[in-house]
Amino acid sequence: MKKETWKELTIGTINLNAGNSVSNLTGTWRSGRRPEFRPEYCIHCFFCWVYCPHFAIKVAGDKVAGVNYDYCTGCGLCAEECPTKEKAIIMVPEEIKLAEGRKS
Amino acid sequence: MKSFKPLNGNQTIAEAVRQIDPDVVAAYPITPSTAIVETIAQFKADGVLKGEFVCPESEHSAMSVCIGAAAAGGRVMTATSSQGLALMWEMLYIAAGLRLPIVAAIANRALSAPINIHGDHSDTMGARDSGWIQIYSENCQEAYDNFIQAFRIAEHPDVRTPVLVGLDGFIISHSTEIVQVEDDEAVRQFVGEYLPVYPVLDTSRRFTVGPIDFTDYYFEHKRNQIEGIENSPRVIEAVGLEFEQKFGRSYGFFEAYRLDDAELAIVVMSSAAGTGKDAVDELREEGLKIGLLKPRVFRPFPHEKIAEVLKNKLAVAVLDRSSSPGAFGAPLFTEIRSALYDYDRRPKIINYVYGLGGRDIKVEHFKEAAQKLVRIATTGKIDTHCGYLNLRE
Repeated sequence: MKKETWKELTIGTINLNAGNSVSNLTGTWRSGRRPEFRPEYCIHCFFCWVYCPHFAIKVAGDKVAGVNYDYCTGCGLCAEECPTKEKAIIMVPEEIKLAEGRKS
Repeated sequence: MKSFKPLNGNQTIAEAVRQIDPDVVAAYPITPSTAIVETIAQFKADGVLKGEFVCPESEHSAMSVCIGAAAAGGRVMTATSSQGLALMWEMLYIAAGLRLPIVAAIANRALSAPINIHGDHSDTMGARDSGWIQIYSENCQEAYDNFIQAFRIAEHPDVRTPVLVGLDGFIISHSTEIVQVEDDEAVRQFVGEYLPVYPVLDTSRRFTVGPIDFTDYYFEHKRNQIEGIENSPRVIEAVGLEFEQKFGRSYGFFEAYRLDDAELAIVVMSSAAGTGKDAVDELREEGLKIGLLKPRVFRPFPHEKIAEVLKNKLAVAVLDRSSSPGAFGAPLFTEIRSALYDYDRRPKIINYVYGLGGRDIKVEHFKEAAQKLVRIATTGKIDTHCGYLNLRE
């Protein structure tokens, strides 16, 4: 996406493109670990969905359906908050990829 | 109907607020601007003001309310002094960054420590780089006139930048003068209706105000912000002219007093300029060709216009009512000295810090500065660039 010059910006830091944070792939911030969803242990309490700061928990109907890695920063809150004895989300090592930047 | 009223500086601001009746006034009382807020509260209690009056728990919150109310689309003002303005500091930058046309009356007061409630410019000079337009007033009449013009300047579509109007604490805020108060309707007409461009309360459009910028956009947004204050000089000029046509009192970027044929000049802002003009009159009678320059608009700094009137002088003393510890001179001095740099012919220029914490500056102190200028003009030598007036050495 072509970035505006200062003259093209709307005065007053007004962003007319509401909802444009979907193009900001915060998943590129992830470094070294990622959550792994283990549906066999999930009780669908939605704690992970509530706590995820980047809305990266996928939902299908009334069930937790995994993690959207486009936005998951790998912070680990979901795994930390998962209340089941055998956690339905665990953090696993991940090969570090160079950030790809915003989706064009 | 227009009338002459005995009012002090705080009352003149409150009187202007009564006439303009902004949508929201959010302010926290602090000496010496307390009476502005107090009088507005009284107007509100008496049903004179239709707008909302909010008295939050601090100045930080007061400016936050102003920002929210202005973003919502309201015409908004506040008043404060000293520590109050200091507490607003981070919000001042946000008001300017969001290009919200908030107007603030500042009864200028020293900053702690040591604690002091009297007039100097340390508070607004501390807000120097916040992005606000800064206009300074010599007396109660100017405070009233500047405050009215401030709304027009701030709200102009090409400017949309907050404006603060300074009046010296106690010296002006608490001194009663005969002030010409204009007709209510005439003031309302002059200020006009405010039409916000992107009011948040307009739910028909989807937009976000002030979202986060990363390294790829912050710089462009700051440059976009700067354009507002860069556009303001022609607006300040036009509003001043219209004000003169309507109310008969003339306002530009500065006042030049007996400066045309002067060889020496003293530059001083706000209330001390009145004393300075008396000193100039006395020195003129003694045969000294001296004049005075009183900047009214400090941000944006009218550097070319000021340089034009000072460039041919032999020696200039810039008097600052604030200090900038460790800097080469106080704020007004550095601006003026820098403005003159590109001229092949330019005056010798020195700086005096005066009047901190409300310390008097009298005719004799202006004369002391003038004598120094005479010595510099005669010898061409400056022993020290930065000195102090009326300080026990």
